Amino acid sequence: MSAETAEHDDHHDHGPAKGWLRWVVTTNHKDIGTLYLIFALAMFFVGGTMALIIRTELFEPGMQFVDPQFFNSMTTMHALVMVFGAVMPAFVGLANWQIPMMIGAPDMALPRMNNMSFWMLVAGVLLLASTLFMEGGAPASGWTLYPPLVLQTGNALPFAIFSVHLLGISSIMGAINIIATIFNMRAPAMSLMKMPLFVWTWLITAFLLIAIMPVFAGAVTMLLTDRFFDTSFFDAAGGGDPVLYQHIFWFFGHPEVYVMILPTFGVASTIIPVFARKPLFGYSSMVYATAAIAFLSFIVWAHHMFTVGMPMAGELYFMYATMLIAIPTGVKIFNWTATMWKGSMTFEAPMLFSIAFVVLFTLGGFTGLMMALAPVDFQYHDTYFIVAHFHYTLVPASVFILMAAGYFWLPKWTGNMYDEKLAKLHFWLSAISVNILFFPQHFLGLAGMPRRIPDYAIQFADWNMISSIGAFIYGPSQLIFVYIVYKTIKGGTGEKVTDEVWEGAKEQSLEWTLPSPAPYHTFSTPPKEVPTMSTSR
Amino acid sequence: MIKTKQLFAALTLMILGLSSAHADYTLNLMQGVTELSNDVYDLHMWVLWICIFIGIAVFGTMFYSIYYHRKSVGHKAEQFHESTTVEIIWTIIPTVILIAMAIPATKLMLEMDDIQDSEMSIKVTGWQWKWEYEYLDNGIHFFSTLDEASNKARQKDSGIDPRSVPHYLLNVDKPLVVPVNTKIRFLFTAADVIHSWWVPDLGWKKDTIPGFINEAWTNVEKAGTYRGQCTELCGKDHGFMPIVVIAMEKEDYAEWVAEQKGVALAEASAADKEWTADELIAKGETVYANNCASCHMADGAGMAGTFPAITASALVTGDINAQIDLMMNGKGMMPAFGQMLNAVDFAAVSTFIRNGLGNEVGDSIQPSAIKAKQSAQTENDEDDK
Repeated sequence: MSAETAEHDDHHDHGPAKGWLRWVVTTNHKDIGTLYLIFALAMFFVGGTMALIIRTELFEPGMQFVDPQFFNSMTTMHALVMVFGAVMPAFVGLANWQIPMMIGAPDMALPRMNNMSFWMLVAGVLLLASTLFMEGGAPASGWTLYPPLVLQTGNALPFAIFSVHLLGISSIMGAINIIATIFNMRAPAMSLMKMPLFVWTWLITAFLLIAIMPVFAGAVTMLLTDRFFDTSFFDAAGGGDPVLYQHIFWFFGHPEVYVMILPTFGVASTIIPVFARKPLFGYSSMVYATAAIAFLSFIVWAHHMFTVGMPMAGELYFMYATMLIAIPTGVKIFNWTATMWKGSMTFEAPMLFSIAFVVLFTLGGFTGLMMALAPVDFQYHDTYFIVAHFHYTLVPASVFILMAAGYFWLPKWTGNMYDEKLAKLHFWLSAISVNILFFPQHFLGLAGMPRRIPDYAIQFADWNMISSIGAFIYGPSQLIFVYIVYKTIKGGTGEKVTDEVWEGAKEQSLEWTLPSPAPYHTFSTPPKEVPTMSTSR
Repeated sequence: MIKTKQLFAALTLMILGLSSAHADYTLNLMQGVTELSNDVYDLHMWVLWICIFIGIAVFGTMFYSIYYHRKSVGHKAEQFHESTTVEIIWTIIPTVILIAMAIPATKLMLEMDDIQDSEMSIKVTGWQWKWEYEYLDNGIHFFSTLDEASNKARQKDSGIDPRSVPHYLLNVDKPLVVPVNTKIRFLFTAADVIHSWWVPDLGWKKDTIPGFINEAWTNVEKAGTYRGQCTELCGKDHGFMPIVVIAMEKEDYAEWVAEQKGVALAEASAADKEWTADELIAKGETVYANNCASCHMADGAGMAGTFPAITASALVTGDINAQIDLMMNGKGMMPAFGQMLNAVDFAAVSTFIRNGLGNEVGDSIQPSAIKAKQSAQTENDEDDK
């Protein structure tokens, strides 16, 4: 034991390994965080390109650019890449960078598994992307992979299924690592109710992931055996039940969308108090609301299936349960508003993105509430109304908050300040274009345009064109972010930032007590005290 | 900042310009033409107004705060950070609002489910990519497919302006005809994959699922033509299987029913008559264009890797029975056409692809032979059940 410790101490001050191999074999939480974030950003552009192909075809009525089968592959792959390749990995990247620094730990609890879960993610996404080049094309049945349609997929089907398995294993390993880190490696002074809210939301998200990924893996495995081993889980002709798949899928799928939104809440709750120069309002109610949302996410799945013909009792139960989600979500929005109330606000890029998140996510919440009402959902279901709804809860919510997080923590990670002017340009372009892109889709849905169609009737032409124009502005605007990040890494504005970067941030969370840039190894010994301004005291 | 403003101004002008060009900016849900659809609309408006009201309150507070509680106007931050009282208040108020929504929603839900006392029944079956309608009370039975004009215009690089096609993508060859002021029960199922039957003016949609029978009802109050579409992704031509419902006054409907019986008789006798190969090929060309060309292409070349070519295909130039088996039963993405085409159309297109599109096999098959195979297939299906 003592020999081991001595040996370890000899190497204590080593920095990163030299050369490119550093990035392959690294077990450092900051390096792995960087890998995750860069990979997610790359996939954001891959998925975004697919979205632009979709919006280009939908710019005008008539088929101009792609054939319908490829169009369906694009909607399917856009969703899968954005969910599993961009948004989820980006939040895992943030967790890797931030959780150890926020709880006063030297690294993640399971560093080697950390490395493995990243590379499995890359393998999974590459396997998925490879289906684009296979005979019969990439999966084209929507990201929900509903049978019997998905069973008509060509050679791509088993590859897509194994890709889901790999992504699932990667997510589960990541989640185990986060739970182990949070439970075992907090600074002694940090009780659970003194953890920053970002850590809390990730802890809850990690439990969601462990609960749901095996369910999805099971569902797609049943697809695999239905297609190749003559089982009939979902085949009515063999005594199976196509609706069973939907129940299993959405038991995974509904918590899955909360996997993307809960850490979003966590980042917003971290950023807003800093720029309001106030404690977060209602810390403990925020924690309980997050837990309540997570619990409810498991008992509302069939609101995605109001039109499949459930018994009346089922329809009513899922309607009531879904409406309940509005309560804890409302509490969160009220708490953020109360945090801003009587603050001393400034509006740097992270705050701008966070405020836009609160407003636009609330709009997505309103449409969510409308769709919770089953009899009205019979009109909204599977139209552009739902497309508008979930994009409002994902793009100006999760993606905006990821951008906010980037601007918020980049100075801590690199020691350099980003270009605030460019960042504001990025914000205004994004905030305006995202609404031009998605707001008209509400009108399209209400007017009767179904989702996932490559061509449409003439009365939908005008709003579709406006929506596409929004997409053509929103997409390229995101390149500004890449440029800003690159410039910041290379030295930024030249201004060296202080340790706390943002005025008063030291009172809010531990990472701001570290030097900027944060050294390769931090908190080799845990801090004695933890800031409690925005936690319970 | 100036640039942002310029950009915004440019966009606004662009949008205004578009609206003057061809204004069709529907904003809200349609009220529809049934009692149910009106109730749905009212509930929609009720919830929408509640949301707008909450939005004004929350965003109003937020923007007041953003304007007055800024550092740049010298506002000092207060340090309050929790209040159990307000947390309880903003938990209870939303709960009350939710109850105010749930009560009318529950009532409407029960009303929509009340299928009793329906006066007639129509069975709707979803196919890739058309609808089959069976009037269970009088035996009328037909398939409804995207109309020819839309079908031509929607092909990639067709050169036809969709705006020149009346009811582009929302028109069919044979619409569903129903009487007004009659409670009609619909039964929904599917033959291949899941589809969903939606006519917005009726106020609901229902999934059609293989192996399941779903129910819904309507009572159209106003004569007219109502259009809708499939709303569950069902493969390549999901966007091209519209629904047209014509609601007629009861007398007109009775006339239509009588007419349809004549059509059915004519079809049956056509299947029994002896056809020449040339007649079959000529008819088959149209059937091919409407049913096959969207995947196998108008010239039969198919699409490499996804849809096999018809021209010089080993199957099509080989044994005619093997070809017909595959067409009847489908395979992978190829739908089963056995029940989808009538005997004449089936025989015609089978003969056409063997003797057109660059193939010259020289044989043909009679509608009567197809008819025999079709009834054998139906019997087998029933045995399986």
